[in-house]
Amino acid sequence: MNKTLLILRHEFLKTIKRTGFVVLTLSLPVLALLGMGIYRIASGVERPAPTATETGYVDEAGGFDRFTTQGNIALVRFDSRSAASQALVEKKIKDYLVIPADFLSTGMISRFTLQRELTPPTATEAAIRKFISDNLLAGKLSENAIARVETPLRLVTTTLNSTGGVSAQQGGLASFVVPAIFSFLLGLSLIFSSTYVLQSLSEEKENRLMEILLSSVSTRQLLTGKVLGLGAAGLAQVIVWVLSFPLLLKLASSYLGGFLSSLQVPAGFWVLGVVYFILGYLVFAVLSACIAAVTSSMQEAQGLAGIYTVFIFSPFWFLSLIMLYPNNPAWIVFSAFPLTAPVLTMMRLGVTGVPAWQLALSLAVLVASVIGGLLLAAKLLRTYLLMYGKRPGLAQIARGLRGS
Amino acid sequence: MPVVDVEHVAKSYANRAVVDDLSFSVAQGEIFGLIGPNGAGKTTTIRMMMDIIKPDAGDVRIFGEKLSEATKNRLGYLPEERGMYKRLRVLDSVLYLASLKGMDVRAAEAKAGELLGQTGMTPNKSKKIEELSRGMAQIIQFIVTIIHGPDLVIVDEPFSGLDPVNTEAIKEMIVDLRKQGKAVILSTHQMNQVEELCDRILMIDHGRAVLYGGLQEIKSRFRSNSVVVDCDGELGLVQGVVETHRHGGNVELVLDKNTTPKQVLERLVSSGITINRFEVGIPSLNEIFLEVAGKDHE
Repeated sequence: MNKTLLILRHEFLKTIKRTGFVVLTLSLPVLALLGMGIYRIASGVERPAPTATETGYVDEAGGFDRFTTQGNIALVRFDSRSAASQALVEKKIKDYLVIPADFLSTGMISRFTLQRELTPPTATEAAIRKFISDNLLAGKLSENAIARVETPLRLVTTTLNSTGGVSAQQGGLASFVVPAIFSFLLGLSLIFSSTYVLQSLSEEKENRLMEILLSSVSTRQLLTGKVLGLGAAGLAQVIVWVLSFPLLLKLASSYLGGFLSSLQVPAGFWVLGVVYFILGYLVFAVLSACIAAVTSSMQEAQGLAGIYTVFIFSPFWFLSLIMLYPNNPAWIVFSAFPLTAPVLTMMRLGVTGVPAWQLALSLAVLVASVIGGLLLAAKLLRTYLLMYGKRPGLAQIARGLRGS
Repeated sequence: MPVVDVEHVAKSYANRAVVDDLSFSVAQGEIFGLIGPNGAGKTTTIRMMMDIIKPDAGDVRIFGEKLSEATKNRLGYLPEERGMYKRLRVLDSVLYLASLKGMDVRAAEAKAGELLGQTGMTPNKSKKIEELSRGMAQIIQFIVTIIHGPDLVIVDEPFSGLDPVNTEAIKEMIVDLRKQGKAVILSTHQMNQVEELCDRILMIDHGRAVLYGGLQEIKSRFRSNSVVVDCDGELGLVQGVVETHRHGGNVELVLDKNTTPKQVLERLVSSGITINRFEVGIPSLNEIFLEVAGKDHE
């Protein structure tokens, strides 16, 4: 068998037999099942029925005497502020309002409560708003008109395709959920897979195996076999997650209801997902190889690798901005930056249609980075893998590369 | 055709010559000693032979050609900086590394069984490497070096850290390799081992060859004009002897330029003294090493 394939097989089998790998691979489906179990138990516990509360009000403006029941909140009229205040102190009411005589011109209403609050409870504020508008508009407008004043519109957007027909991809939160989850898993997988490359090379360097291996194979065979073998293990992990996804979704739909049935995945998403995993993995794997080559211990290598793995998840820091402005020039630039491209592009695909030229640019940059990275990693491996002392500085590395 | 042919190789790091215009060759069926003080350039020379480091100048030919993947399969290399996969089992480690030398699984299994048996390591074959003692791990490393029946074996400080029993086991295997017609390059600074095992040597110092040739020829070249005598009674004055030095029970007699050891022996015998031992003063390799490399390297 070809020596590259021998290394590939050895690395793949060694990795998938690791306890850490097995635990991580099974953790997603197991955690999801656990979450569903907890949800089922929690949903089985009866929630206390919402208690009716009483809110007092003093009507100094006049005319606010109808519609005093708003949901669970009953509005109780008091003739004076002192009477309302007395009732509040005696805890007969939860809070009280004063509608001043000049309310119509100022719109100001005062609310008094014994409770210290960050903001007024949403339900209370909504009930007060409706109580005011119902009383103001009653008899002046039709019921439908009052309903429109209180809830002016429900915006329904339909996305059309280039021929004017209704597009299969309607966007919205439903079409973002799967890409967002996938992007997260992609990021996790990229981190773990490239860490395996780092660990494997650092372990061989730390255990003084490099020279023995290089007496049998070339640095290129060693690097290629390792990157492909460990990448295959990472891909196997992603496949387990992707395959378990629909099963878990089906199971979960019985608990979470109709929302899951509305989930959409953009056309070609999975194909691009696999392409971005492979290219993203290769970029981080060759970077890991470079780090392992110039460091002398696994601990030191992992410390340095932490710097670039931060980039993998950095798009999640700007999740809300990406959702609001998916085509901002900043995201277009970072979609073509090799360390952020895989996760960011997959996230943007869930929010908007990414133009073909941007995808092409992003993929081209990744391919170029992989080729350049491989050449650099092979040179660094050859130059520094037998160095067991102090880590070289950047100037020393540059000199070493020129001299190799 | 020599198994190894090194011609005028040189290597510098940061403008410091580590190996400087070094040439030598190694023939089939010999144990060749590569010796020198620490930092002399032995390991760098070996790494250039193994194509792990590129020489700045010069040419290295193994089996008459540049090192290739096919040639690598005919080489066994035990580097000075060596280790194994700590968490892998002994047999799995041996089989994986043998497969990288082009051995098929069945042949590797059979040979591994034979070598593990020969070294008394069979009971440890299912243990993880990290469970073995350092000496045991070194035996496994040596097995990995020779399992594929290489025609050229390069061993760099193979006895460091080994107890006398394991040292003897490795020495026996090295001698066996010579009997099988293999070429062995032994790099070490343990002169007694070189003296015991090697046919020819190359001594390097500061990256340059300072001694090269057959071991006996080199020792003869460094022979001093003296004899060592162990005798009963006092020697007294002996014609042709200019100096005497006592070393324990022995006396070293330094002869003048015109006197030979044979003449001194005849004079001692004729004086009626009882002679228990009479040796021509040939220095040990260690003494030659110290003389050539300088005592500052001790």
